[in-house]
Amino acid sequence: MPPDQPSPAIPAEGVPAAATQPPPGVIALFFAFAKMSLAGFGGVLYWARRAIVEQHRWLSADEFNETYALCHFLPGPNIVNLSMVFGARLKGIAGGLAAFTGLLVPPMLIMTLLAALYARYGEIDALRRILAGVSCAAVGMLGATVLRMMMPLLKRREVAGVVMLLLVFLAIGVARLPLVPVLLAAIPVSIAVTFLLQRKVSA
Amino acid sequence: MNTNANPVWTLVLTFGVMSLFAVGGANAAIPEMHRIAVEEVHHWMTDKQFADVYAISQLSPGPNVLIVTLIGYVVAGVAGALAATFAMCVPTAVFAYYVSRLLARKSRSRWPAIIQRALVPLSIGLMSASILVLAQTADRSLLAALFTGAVAAAAFATRLNPFWMFLAGGILGFTGVI
Repeated sequence: MPPDQPSPAIPAEGVPAAATQPPPGVIALFFAFAKMSLAGFGGVLYWARRAIVEQHRWLSADEFNETYALCHFLPGPNIVNLSMVFGARLKGIAGGLAAFTGLLVPPMLIMTLLAALYARYGEIDALRRILAGVSCAAVGMLGATVLRMMMPLLKRREVAGVVMLLLVFLAIGVARLPLVPVLLAAIPVSIAVTFLLQRKVSA
Repeated sequence: MNTNANPVWTLVLTFGVMSLFAVGGANAAIPEMHRIAVEEVHHWMTDKQFADVYAISQLSPGPNVLIVTLIGYVVAGVAGALAATFAMCVPTAVFAYYVSRLLARKSRSRWPAIIQRALVPLSIGLMSASILVLAQTADRSLLAALFTGAVAAAAFATRLNPFWMFLAGGILGFTGVI
């Protein structure tokens, strides 16, 4: 994805044009991603943007958005994709691996420890009740996130999009059908509808 | 699926496939995880455990996808936790790497934008299904459902730190209100 501004004469591929700071080393990448991953509440994306754009200035805000947009339309955990694509963009495969493992491994170890504690103490009554209450709150938080994502569709009155959304919701949430066949049917239909609507608009 | 198979390989296969179909990320794959882990396929855990595991994954640092670490641990201990995590994250990261290189080389095609627009409603539909599935497992009373609705409204309308919502939930749960 070429950035819009003319790039300076840096021949190396993957080096961001509007860059700001020289690309970090592999070890620095690992620790930067470990730090943003462990930063706490509010989602890793928030901390990733802050660290990459504001603190280290490895990418401009536009470059970050471009990279994120790509990772958002690919399947799988967005931020995990972002770590790989971003790391590789700066430092090739080694950079991708460093960012990926930095993002994933430290919190995974914490999570494994929590899983062991849960397996051991999960039946304690006080803990059961606290977790039950927290899970009610967590569902509410997800509800707010999804509402926020839905607003642009509703505001633009994208009827086709809302219909696709509802069909997927009914198939997966209500009928409890398996994910893979539902998406194998829904993805081509949605792409075809989007393509046809776009042609109609531009025609 | 063969129930005699080594559970670690079952985890790798399950989450490896899920990884490539999790349009919209880990939160979009919650219904599929619940279907496989609780409902029909494996009966690895109960509804209550699934709701707990979701709560723990939201309370802990790191990306949301690490809920699969907890599911993996319940199924096959530490080996299961590691296997589930990498199976859920590696295929999609490799895929992302190759797609980003492909797009970097090609001139501006309009297909990525079309595909992206086409996938947005699907991922929101999946996440809406996640809310339904999770609410059915977590909200065991009318009061609990009302609290979930109140949290959703408060988090939608304000920029309150999620910490306070979780704290409120923990206190209400501990005191037995919900």
